[in-house]
Amino acid sequence: MKRILLEPDFNAWREAAREALHLGYLPEELELQDSTVPSTLDLTLELADGPTGPPITAPHTSKSFLESAECAAVHRDPLRWNLLYRILYRLQANRNLLKISVDPDVAELERLESQVRRDLHKMHAFVRFRMVLEPDDLNGRPIVVDESLPTDPNPHHLVLAVPTPFGLNHTALPHCEPDPHATPTPSQPDTCEHFIAWYQPDHRILPLAAPFFVERFGIMRWTILTPDASVSWDPTGKQLAFAPGLPRESAPAEDELEDLWRSYYASIYNPARINPEMMRSEMPVRYWKNLPEISLLPDLLIKSQSRVSDMVTRQQQQPSAQPFVPEDHSLPTLRAALPACKGCELYQHATQVVPGVGAARAKLILVGEQPGDQEDLQGQPFVGPAGNILDRVMAELDIDRSKVYVTNAVKHFKFIQRGKFRLHQNPRMSEISACRPWLLAEIDSIQPNVVLCLGASASKSLLGGTFALMRDHGKILNTPYANQVIATIHPSAVLRARDKESGEQLFQILRDDLALAWHTAQKPALTPV
Amino acid sequence: MNVQQKLEILADAAKYDASCASSGAKRSGNGKGVGHSDGMGICHSYTPDGRCVSLLKILLTNFCTYDCVFCVNRISSNIQRARFTPDEVVKLTLDFYKRNYIEGLFLSSGIIQSPDYTMEQLIQVAKSLRTVHHFGGYIHLKAIPGASERLIEQAGLFADRLSANIELPTQQDLVQLAPEKKTAVIESTMNKIALHKDEADEDRRKLPSTPKFTAAGQSTQMVVGATPATDREILKTATHLYGQYKLRRIYYTGFSPYPDADARLPLKPAPLIREHRLYQSDWLMRFYGFTAAELTSEEEPSLSLTEDPKTTWAKSHPEFFPVDVNAAPREVLLRVPGIGYRNVERILSIRKYHRLLIDDLKKLHVRLKNALPYLIAIDHIPHQQPAADEAQPFTQLDLFAPLSALTGSL
Ligand code: SF4
Repeated sequence: MKRILLEPDFNAWREAAREALHLGYLPEELELQDSTVPSTLDLTLELADGPTGPPITAPHTSKSFLESAECAAVHRDPLRWNLLYRILYRLQANRNLLKISVDPDVAELERLESQVRRDLHKMHAFVRFRMVLEPDDLNGRPIVVDESLPTDPNPHHLVLAVPTPFGLNHTALPHCEPDPHATPTPSQPDTCEHFIAWYQPDHRILPLAAPFFVERFGIMRWTILTPDASVSWDPTGKQLAFAPGLPRESAPAEDELEDLWRSYYASIYNPARINPEMMRSEMPVRYWKNLPEISLLPDLLIKSQSRVSDMVTRQQQQPSAQPFVPEDHSLPTLRAALPACKGCELYQHATQVVPGVGAARAKLILVGEQPGDQEDLQGQPFVGPAGNILDRVMAELDIDRSKVYVTNAVKHFKFIQRGKFRLHQNPRMSEISACRPWLLAEIDSIQPNVVLCLGASASKSLLGGTFALMRDHGKILNTPYANQVIATIHPSAVLRARDKESGEQLFQILRDDLALAWHTAQKPALTPV
Repeated sequence: MNVQQKLEILADAAKYDASCASSGAKRSGNGKGVGHSDGMGICHSYTPDGRCVSLLKILLTNFCTYDCVFCVNRISSNIQRARFTPDEVVKLTLDFYKRNYIEGLFLSSGIIQSPDYTMEQLIQVAKSLRTVHHFGGYIHLKAIPGASERLIEQAGLFADRLSANIELPTQQDLVQLAPEKKTAVIESTMNKIALHKDEADEDRRKLPSTPKFTAAGQSTQMVVGATPATDREILKTATHLYGQYKLRRIYYTGFSPYPDADARLPLKPAPLIREHRLYQSDWLMRFYGFTAAELTSEEEPSLSLTEDPKTTWAKSHPEFFPVDVNAAPREVLLRVPGIGYRNVERILSIRKYHRLLIDDLKKLHVRLKNALPYLIAIDHIPHQQPAADEAQPFTQLDLFAPLSALTGSL
C-alpha cells in the first residue's frame, strides 16, 4: 500500500492521480491522505508493495467527471481523494460509469457534489456585506485607516480597524486609489467604500464561490473572510487576491443599513401562516449567526401567535346579534326573541324593535334599511312616507303586499334628537353586520326565490360594504346567503329627489327592479352556477 | 414620515403577494453597475412563515382608489397609508443589493389616479435602476390591469417579469369581491404582455441584439378560499391562463385574514394543505402531462386534502398499472406515484446500462411506500395485477406535452 499525503487542493490530487495511473497503482493499492486531517497512522511507515496493475499512460477523463471531481475535491470528507481515484480508475474500463447513479461509488460522488453545491448556493445566499468607509467616518463604525503594519515596509497600508471589547482589531486590506480622472456616477461613487463579509462555509468552497461575487459585485471593492481563507476583489485592477483565513472579529460588527433590513424582514411575512419548520429546513440554524435579521426571530415567532388571535378576536368581538338569535328560525320564534336583542347599541334608544311582516312562504323578500320615525312608533315596517311610495309602486305593478315579506336590514331605529324632532341617521357598517344574523334567520326561515335589497344599507348587508348600488342595481346576483339577490334604490330616495324629473327617474328604477324581482321570484330558483 | 416607516407600511402591504421568485432570467454582470442573475433564483433569507426572501417586495404606495373586498389596501380599508418616491425605492434597492440581502426588486402599487399614471410611476423606478445605475439584478413589476399598450411595452424592456394578478378564480367571484376589476381587463393586459413577448422572442431569433422583453415571462396570482370556487374551477382557470397567455407560473395563495377585513370574508385562513395540493396539481399539469379534467371530477370537485393528486389519480385508474420501470416510456413513468420527474430522467438514463431493482429505486429516494403498488422492477411485482387484456395504457401518449423548465419535483 502506497500512502501519499495531499494538500487540500484539486490540482495536487490531479498530479498524484496521473502519476499513480502511470505507475499502474490499483485503487486498493493507494492511500491518498488529506494533509489537513490528523492521522494516527505512522506516515513514515512505507510498505514495500509496488503497483501491480498495468501502467495507464493516456488516461481517459471526461468533462463531466472533472467538473464533479473539482466540486467534490473541496468537500471536507477525508476519503474523497481515494474515492476520486477509484472512480477515475474504473472510468478507464467503463466510460458510462457516471451515468449509473445507483453504483455505490457514483452515488457517493453525487452525494459529495450535491453537498458542495448546496453549500455554494447557501454561501451565495447568506453572505452579508457590511460597508466600511475611509477615515473620517464619524459614526463610530469600523473604519479603514492608513497605517503601517509592523511587518510591512510599505508605510501606506490600508487597514480595517474594528472596535472590539479588546481594543481595535486590525485587518489588512488592498489599497484603494480612486481614479482621479473619473467622474463619479451614482453607481461608481468616488469614495473608497469597502464591503466586508465574514462567512463560515461547511466546505472549502471559497475559490469556487468567489466568481459569483465577482460577476455580481464587479464594480465594488469587497472582501470575504472565512476561517480557511479570505479573498478580496479589486474593481480597478479586476483581480481576486486570496489570503489566509481570519476570525470573525476581523470583520465589521454591523452596518447602519441593518436596521432598515430588519424592519423589512419583520414586515414582509404573514403572521397568520407561521411555519417555523419550513423556515428551519431551508435556513438551518448554523447559518443564523451570520444573518442580521435573525436577532428578531424569537420575538417575531412569539408575537405572530398573538397578532393573529388579536385579529380574529377583534373581528369576532364586533357587535353581533348572533347570541340572541334562537336556533329555531320559524317566524313566530324569531318574532318572540327579537325584543331581547342587545346585539348592538341601537336597542337602547329606540321605542321598540320592528320585526318583518308578511307571508311565511313568500317567494320574494323586500329588505329595507331600518325603521323610521313612524315605524318605530307603530312597530311595523314601511308604514311611513317611504312605505307610501312602496305601496304606490306595488299597486302599479299589481303586486299584493301580503304575498311578499317585508323587513329591514337593521331592526331598531337610529336617530339623533334635534329639539322635538328625531332625525334619521344611516346605520354604520358595524350595526348592519351586527343585525345581519336576524335577516339571515328570516331568509332561512322563508327560503324565498329572490331577495330584493332596497337601498344601500340593505345591499351592504347582503352584497358587501363596497357594493356599488347605482351601477349594479337591477342585476341578479348570487351570494352565500341567498341564490338570487337583486339590489335597487330605497323608496325614500324618490322622496328626497332634487326635482320632479329625477324623482320620476328614480321611481322608474324602483319600479323596474321590483318588477324584475317579482317576475324572477315566480320562476323556480336557478341552482347556482 | 421617514424611509424606515414607509418601508414598514409598504412591505406589510405587499406581503400578501406570493410571487417572490427571482428565477428564469439570465443576465451577466455589465461592468457598469452592480447585479447579475444566474437564472436560478436565490433565497437570501426565510421568514417565520417559511417563505423565501428573494426580492425587496414592496408597494410604491398603498393608496388605492379601488375597493376590492379581499385586499387590505382597498379604499375603504382603515389602514395607515404611505408613498415612496421613485428615488427612495431605487436607493433602497441598490443599498440592499450591495449588501447581498436581495436578488432584486418586486414592485407593485395601489392604483392611484389611473392605471396609466400608476404604471408610469413603476416604470420610472425600473428605468432609473436600469439606465442610470446599470442595475443588473432582477426586476419584477406589476402590470397594472388596463394600462396602455405603450406602457406595457416599456415596462417589459426593463423588467425581467411582469405580472397581472387574476385575483380570484372566477368572473363571478370578481363581480362580488372586486367590483372595479374585470376579468376581461386583466386578461387583456396579460394578452398584451404575451403578444409583446412573442414578438420580441421572434425578433431575437432573427437578430440576437434585439432587447429582451420580460426574460422571465409573466406570472399571476390567484387567491384561494376567499370564495366558494372549487379546485376544479381553479384548475380550469389555470389551464386557460397557461394556454392562452403562456404564463410561467401561477401562484395560488390561500386566503388569510388580515386586520379589519370585510365581514364577508372568512375569519380563518384557507388550509395551507389546500394551497399545497393546488401547487402539486399545477406541477402535474405542467410537467407530468396531466390535464385539469383528470385531477378532479364533477362529482368530487375538490382535491383530496389527505392524499396527493397523483395517488388519487392512480387509485382510480387501475387499468393503467402496474408500470415496468425497466421498460415503460417517460410519459408513463411520470404517472407513477412517488416518482418525481428528475428520478424519471435518472431511471431512463440508468436503465440503458443497468436493470433496476427495488434497492436501486431506494437509492434514488423514490418514495417506495407510494410507488410499490404501481410498479414492476426486476425483483418486484405488485400483488394485484391487471388482467392481461386490459386497456392499453399507452393510448394516453398523445396527451403529453414536452417537458420544460425542470425544477422541483413531486
Ligand atoms: S339593531 Fe339589530 S343587532 Fe342592534 S340591537 Fe337592534 S336587533 Fe339587535
